[in-house]
Amino acid sequence: MVTTTEPALPQRIDTSLPREEQVRLLVDASRLIRRRNLAMVDAAGLGHIGGDLSATDVVVTLFLATLNYDPANPELPDRDRFVMSKGHASGVLYTTLASCGFFAPSLLDEYMKPLSPLNGHPDSKKVPGVEANTGPLGHGLPIAVGMAIAAKLGGSPRRTFCLVGDGELQEGSNWEALMAGGHRELDALTVIVDRNRLQQGAPTEETSALEPLADKARAFRWAVTEVDGHDHAALLDLFAGLPVEAGRPNFVIAHTHKGQPVSFMRDRVEWHNKVPSGAQIRAALEELE
Amino acid sequence: MSAVAAESTLYDCRDAFAETIDALAEADERVVVVCNDSIASSKLGGFAAKFPERLVNVGIAEQVMVGIAAGLANGGRRPFVAGASCFLTARALEQIKVDLAYTNADVKLCAMSPGVAYGEFGPTHHSIEDIAWLRAIDNLVAIVPADPLETAQALRAAAEYSGPVFVRVSRMGVPVVYDADYQFRIGHAMRLADGDDVTLIANGTMVSRALEASALLAADGVGARVVSMPTVKPLDLDEISAAAEETGAIVAVEEHSVHGGLGGAIAEAVVAQRPVPMRILGFPGFAPTGSAEWLLEHFGLTGPGIRDAAIELLERKGP
Repeated sequence: MVTTTEPALPQRIDTSLPREEQVRLLVDASRLIRRRNLAMVDAAGLGHIGGDLSATDVVVTLFLATLNYDPANPELPDRDRFVMSKGHASGVLYTTLASCGFFAPSLLDEYMKPLSPLNGHPDSKKVPGVEANTGPLGHGLPIAVGMAIAAKLGGSPRRTFCLVGDGELQEGSNWEALMAGGHRELDALTVIVDRNRLQQGAPTEETSALEPLADKARAFRWAVTEVDGHDHAALLDLFAGLPVEAGRPNFVIAHTHKGQPVSFMRDRVEWHNKVPSGAQIRAALEELE
Repeated sequence: MSAVAAESTLYDCRDAFAETIDALAEADERVVVVCNDSIASSKLGGFAAKFPERLVNVGIAEQVMVGIAAGLANGGRRPFVAGASCFLTARALEQIKVDLAYTNADVKLCAMSPGVAYGEFGPTHHSIEDIAWLRAIDNLVAIVPADPLETAQALRAAAEYSGPVFVRVSRMGVPVVYDADYQFRIGHAMRLADGDDVTLIANGTMVSRALEASALLAADGVGARVVSMPTVKPLDLDEISAAAEETGAIVAVEEHSVHGGLGGAIAEAVVAQRPVPMRILGFPGFAPTGSAEWLLEHFGLTGPGIRDAAIELLERKGP
């Protein structure tokens, strides 16, 4: 173990700042989140670092500059909802929630330790800010559809975001949910696909192909946007401009790289759940200086 | 205690469900119903007419039905999920475990046409494993009501309870077994007939048949206690202990597989507390095709069948 704590964590961003300044802060925030996430996985000796790192920029842009919530009152009825359906990326979620004030950053040192609230997969009963128990794939999007229906029924302006893995879309429950969301015209609902092209053991396209993914989502009556999932400016603008099309839920394909940006992890399938050695942690942290 | 002897009219408990869900929705605007193209089979036509916005029909898609219910609960709604028990429980089992039970989501599962209600449709449509599956899941109340009154009261109790509850809603006609002043309580059994020789513990459609068996046994000089045990989870352990201690033999009867249902639950408790001879009456495996009535008869789930099992058991119990 190289390090147990990495004190520097970013803060929520003042969204009245000029856009360029917000983007600069988001870029730096993602760097800090990735550093702390690596330290967590190092301390735990467990984790899914590849998928944490591919999702980081999306999660950071949402929590630090997009979502409406109060970490001191995590149950406020009209808070925006975020569901991390790819629950194995708990590392980036926990690190970001700690950054945003949902719980003390020192708790991150307990990741996956015995009796820790920070299970390997997010736990809504133990961790403020976690909206759904995920990990088994294909659960988050159906729940997010229900959240969006509830908001629509109650006339609430709150928005619902759900981050799914690309390989996760092989679970049929997602397609039940896509059908329901399109049918119900839930345009306050946004699903973001972390399209890193790699599932646990191989590329998605060699396992059970998702493409043409955009066409599939359009056929299910979703408004599709493709974006560089590591481009904070593009993500910030996209999230600020939702819905893309009135009456259609938003299907965002975020093109990402597993292990981003660590040179020896990027786009390499084995980093789905491989735990870095001490030397690898040091090398990765150095790249994120 | 029981009106069963005097009452021969049979009731479809889905009517009690429909009336109760309407009343609950009238009283609480947060109540919504989530269903899987099951408006007619769940008798939700009246609800659909009165509360069209609050009926979320997801189509034939059970996983998303339960997932959406969990999301609705997160959003401050009080969802009642209505669908055929065989599909609701089997197709959405992981959603029930994770999205509802582990999450402690305030969602009520109304399992239509359970047991062998769809008898003629064949074993694909029989729901005789549902209780076994759900009983293994922590933090989930499971109720099998015996008649329309108990169905209505179980649904109201479920509405008042904070957390996930599973309620079977019988389609097969059942007589009234409870007096009008009956008060259902989650986790509490009800003694419907007294006796010291053997206890018949039943729920759902089997309660009236256990009462019939008790009357037949009385004619043979055997005192058969009848306990209605609508809540399979949590069990009424005191009533089971009393049955074991005071009568020394227990026959469990359920419209379910003999593996892992009410009988299994009672056996676990009896073995741990006070072992006594037991029989578990239900379906030994996949059942053939036939009407519900025929199937129950075929497997001895009738008054005479239960009586015969009790007499056999008494021989094992000894003097």
